[in-house]
Amino acid sequence: MSAFWYGAVAAMFATYVVLDGFDFGAGALHLFVARNDRERREVLAAIGPVWDGNEVWLIAGGATLFFAFPRAYAAGFSGFYLPLIVVLWLLALRGIAIELRSHLEDPLWRAFWDAGLCAASALMAVVLGAALGNVLRGVPLDASGSFMAPWFTNFRTRGAGGVLDWYTVLLGVFALVALCAHGSLFLAWRNEGPVRERALRAARVLWPAVAAAGAVAIAATKLVRPEIYRSLLSRPWAWPLALLAALGLLGALALRGRDLMSFLSSCAFLAGTLAATAAGLFPVLLPSTVDAAYSVTAQNAAAGEHGLRVGLAWWALGMPLAVCYTAYVFRTMRGKARAEDH
Amino acid sequence: MTDPLFWHRLQFGFTITFHYLFPQLTMGLALIALLFKIRALRKDDAEAAAAARFWLRVLGINFAVGVVTGVPMEFQFGTNWSRFSEFSGGVIGQTLAMEGVFAFFLESTFLGLVIYGEKKLGPRGHLAAVAALFAGAWISGYFIIATNAFMQHPSGHVLEDGKLQIADFGAFVFNRWAIWEYLHNMSASVITASFVVAGVAAFWTLQGRAREAAASLRMGVVAGLVSCALQLFPTGDRQGKLVAEHQPVALAAMEGVFRAEKFAHLAIIGQPDVVNQRLENPIVVPGVLSFLAYGSFGTTVRGLTDFPRDQWPDNIELLYYAYHVMVGLGTLFILLTLAAAFRLWRGTLAQSRGLLWLLMLAIPFPYLANTAGWLVAELGRQPWLVYGLMRTAAGTSPRVSAGDVAFTTLGFGGLYALLSILFLFLVGREIARGPGT
Repeated sequence: MSAFWYGAVAAMFATYVVLDGFDFGAGALHLFVARNDRERREVLAAIGPVWDGNEVWLIAGGATLFFAFPRAYAAGFSGFYLPLIVVLWLLALRGIAIELRSHLEDPLWRAFWDAGLCAASALMAVVLGAALGNVLRGVPLDASGSFMAPWFTNFRTRGAGGVLDWYTVLLGVFALVALCAHGSLFLAWRNEGPVRERALRAARVLWPAVAAAGAVAIAATKLVRPEIYRSLLSRPWAWPLALLAALGLLGALALRGRDLMSFLSSCAFLAGTLAATAAGLFPVLLPSTVDAAYSVTAQNAAAGEHGLRVGLAWWALGMPLAVCYTAYVFRTMRGKARAEDH
Repeated sequence: MTDPLFWHRLQFGFTITFHYLFPQLTMGLALIALLFKIRALRKDDAEAAAAARFWLRVLGINFAVGVVTGVPMEFQFGTNWSRFSEFSGGVIGQTLAMEGVFAFFLESTFLGLVIYGEKKLGPRGHLAAVAALFAGAWISGYFIIATNAFMQHPSGHVLEDGKLQIADFGAFVFNRWAIWEYLHNMSASVITASFVVAGVAAFWTLQGRAREAAASLRMGVVAGLVSCALQLFPTGDRQGKLVAEHQPVALAAMEGVFRAEKFAHLAIIGQPDVVNQRLENPIVVPGVLSFLAYGSFGTTVRGLTDFPRDQWPDNIELLYYAYHVMVGLGTLFILLTLAAAFRLWRGTLAQSRGLLWLLMLAIPFPYLANTAGWLVAELGRQPWLVYGLMRTAAGTSPRVSAGDVAFTTLGFGGLYALLSILFLFLVGREIARGPGT
């Protein structure tokens, strides 16, 4: 039962990164691919109707982690106290920037929120990568089952490290490049005219960079947490996930001119990468850098068996509904995004 | 100042109080917008359609602030209250996750369509999207209340290895406390929205824009009267009886009853003096508290001194004041909406300048009453975090320091001050512009 919920939480967070990831990518890129107010509104018309629903995947994933693995939620969230509060502030800035920007005609007002959206989106992309880096590297969980991580110490991955070290910063940079690349293909699909042209030009530069940064990230992860690859190799059921990531990357690199297919390849790349990583990490939720015995795992953090079974009943009912809503909003908003819609 | 517990409580109390200013309007306004949309479609009423469009614009701004201030609430269970999360996550995590899965997806998906999709959806499709938004907002309210109801009156749980687990899912989700707390809270939310709608319409009428205001004025006053009546009876009455039954010590503190009384009095005014254990300068109505709490004038109401000192709520004065502010305002709301409804029925409301002024100036007070009501619920629950099962002091994150929480509380304070200014500025512009004629 706890294995199922491990997969469910990983799937929800991966969906979050795929969906909100293109919002962050589009937000980080929009200053560069949209040069005037009309073009900026075209970008906002593409992400405006969906960003909030996309963010719900984070909330719902977090709450699912909360009820299925209370100990993981408690230790992880309290240990990253300050970084998580900063995440909240960035998410607030992002949401407000999208929603309030077009209420006033004033160019200064709009320039302010445009810059805010760019900064918040880019930093959130870095944060997501660094967060993954922290989960892979592990945290100083001790016998008390809790930890408190400082922002940074000596940038080494062993010993008394901080939230930021060379490895987590590297993954942050990788996530920034990957989500910008993802966002560029989303904008190429949803927009037309100069925005689409510039987004495609950005994609041509960004995707080779994703491949290069991805290779470095894979090598670095091999140094920091080699068990992941050993587990992956010993679990044939997880191989298709890695294959999905590789095919997605190839598709995003090669499928020029087929906007929807390129974007879906990009989604497959992100989803496959995260799913394969989770499959390699399983059953660990949060590794301890002090002693592997203190790691939080799917078994030692799971809620009671009865609760998990009851949860399955409503989760199996609710998630298809959530997927339907997401599909419905994309269907209703099909066709190119227009400035008049924001 | 160096006690982390104080800062954790202040941070949660401040961020939840600020956050709830927005959902209380969203939920009530979603209902009112839905009623406008139905009227517009069935009666082909252009004024109702314009009113719906106007209030949905306000709802959009309000919703955005509600979302960005709401996300921190769920995070804080883990960041600030990790021992509580670990202890009770197996139970309350369920309702929080259900809120995400069943309500937030629905609400956020359809908000996008309500705001951006009126042209693409057509009148019927847009009405359906507003109905879905309304459903999402009201379902979300239920799951949050069910979570709070568990903390007020645990039900359906079992304690295993020092942690709470689900034993009876039905008893947990359909906790009797949750049902009355929900109805009481939702009718309060409709009061806030009605007073905002009626108050803004009164402002337009006073400006000489009576034609633009008519639909909103009528809707605000009628919805206000109905919700104010429901607030008192049956929802307030039943909620009070539940408190009397399950949290008698909270009831004693709310009413400032220190020693057990037969024919217990209801204090209209008074100040609790906790040190000397008496109520100063009281103006009381004898017997009424016994009747309200237990249904008969002669029943003994237990006083604070009947309970061990370590079970008293830790801020009796604030609890007492909050309770009296809530009840006092609720009573005044009934009088105001009755008077306005009478004038509306006679067709003279648009000319009653005094009453219009009162309606306009009344806009902030349902927010005060809602906040006071939640202070009653949450202070009345003290010293417990989960009533009878975990004390508040035992629920904090052990490794998070007082200074860190003080720092981020100040950060939230600054951010929320900025959000308040932006909100008032943008909604003020919308109100000045109005629905048009």
